[in-house]
Amino acid sequence: MKKRTAKLFSRLLVVIALATAAAACGSDTDSTSAGTDGTNGTGATAAGGATTSSASGSGSSEASAGSEAGGEAPAVEPGTSVAAIKDKGTITIGVKYDVPLFGLKNPTTGDIEGFDIEIGRLITEAIFGDDTKVEFVEAVSKNREPFIQDGKVDLVISTYTINDTRKEVVDFAGPYYVAGQDILVKADDDSIKGVEDLNGKKVCSVTGSTSLTNVQEKAPQADVSVVFDKYSLCVEALNDGRVQAVTTDNIILLGFVADSDGELKLVGNPFTTEPYGIGLKKGDTELRDFVNDVLDQSYADGTWKEAFDETVGVSGEEAPTPPPVDRY
Amino acid sequence: MNVIADNLDSYLGGIAVTLWLSALSFVLAVAIGGMVAAFRVSPLRLLRTLGAVYVEVFFSLPLLVWALLFFFGLPKVGLIYPPFTSAVIVLGTFTGALVGEALRSGINTVPPGQGEAARAVGLRFWQVLGLVVLPQALRTMIGPLGSILLALVRNSAVAAIAMSVDDLMWRSDQLATSTAQPVGVLTGTFVAYLILTVPGTWLVNTLARRYRFTR
Repeated sequence: MKKRTAKLFSRLLVVIALATAAAACGSDTDSTSAGTDGTNGTGATAAGGATTSSASGSGSSEASAGSEAGGEAPAVEPGTSVAAIKDKGTITIGVKYDVPLFGLKNPTTGDIEGFDIEIGRLITEAIFGDDTKVEFVEAVSKNREPFIQDGKVDLVISTYTINDTRKEVVDFAGPYYVAGQDILVKADDDSIKGVEDLNGKKVCSVTGSTSLTNVQEKAPQADVSVVFDKYSLCVEALNDGRVQAVTTDNIILLGFVADSDGELKLVGNPFTTEPYGIGLKKGDTELRDFVNDVLDQSYADGTWKEAFDETVGVSGEEAPTPPPVDRY
Repeated sequence: MNVIADNLDSYLGGIAVTLWLSALSFVLAVAIGGMVAAFRVSPLRLLRTLGAVYVEVFFSLPLLVWALLFFFGLPKVGLIYPPFTSAVIVLGTFTGALVGEALRSGINTVPPGQGEAARAVGLRFWQVLGLVVLPQALRTMIGPLGSILLALVRNSAVAAIAMSVDDLMWRSDQLATSTAQPVGVLTGTFVAYLILTVPGTWLVNTLARRYRFTR
């Protein structure tokens, strides 16, 4: 018995040794890449993972070219919080990784794609004159406010509905899109035609979103106890029959309909308006005005529509008239 | 920290679910652990191997992966358990491996002479284990089993994340959304888990000291 235990223990030691070695290798490569980053600017905080950014050389020459070309685009005034981001060398933006069409990390290429990402690139372009000087990090619904408050991100662009509760802790630029909350059901389910039909049904949405509160107001008998931290798990629960409906903004659900091979459908009867804003630190008026200027500019020169058509547009959705920016 | 005071009943409800979930899971874990330990000291090679495989699998599997696999995987083969039941099974099977190893190491602290003597007077395997070895082993197991139970209470938060069981963690997530003050809410959750585990640690230490063998 003792011998067996000893053998087990030594095997365990080998595993631990291997794991430590692997971990050491990992951090090695991290630090070297941080080193190369560091050559073209200030402390490239290699915040681990998700660095789809830049690093590819010659940043400083680019920046001056950008301000020359900035005849139309809003200029970065020295001494403002926007200039501080510019001095930092990259902008950090919190986005979703699991929302098709808006913010999705492509599992094969590792690229992050979607409308939110393109909006982020427009803002990056306006600040640096180079849309690669951006680092996208994942911000799930429930950690958006802390990320902004702690300065872990400069902006959050993640299907982030502007509302009064949130306005107490963060500020919003935009809106840059107005969605409406809708319901996703199985294709053969004809019992749900609107939000009232959710009474007595089980509905899933994600932790940290306002979707379930909205359902509770309009269908008080709906069972809204099922929440996960990713929409994909809600869709899985719908497929398994654990819930009868998944609810959130129509545009998010549309992506899942597209991926479902006809198994799922959208009810198509939106019951809220969800203005998507760009979250930033409360009281940072300079950054908010700048982002609003960039949005207005993109509405005028067609880059907003272009971004929409390339991302959300592939689902067949027509680009709407962009919503007026709310400079509250 | 008004968020905590304003939502005290939500916290208390969550604590109740967390305690109930942990208690049921621990009962299942002890049942499974007892079996695993018996298998691992059994004279039959097949049973020993089965026990070892069970332990190795659950020792190398992250709890979250097991929870997601169980909850979302089983329906694909037609088995759907409600969230709470799923959580009890997931936590119980996972913790069962830990309990099994704690029991086995406890059994190993009983000098082999005790078992040999018991066999010499004609006791069967289950009698040797149940009447002679386990009663002596249990005293040394209080500490390890207590730590496992406390770890289970903390691990139970996975049930909220993977299965949407409305325990303490789940309530905390809900509050974080409705108040948009996740940090304040999480501070309350942190304190609530401390209240659940710190007295437990103290109790386990006291009991372990009281029933300690002085060999």
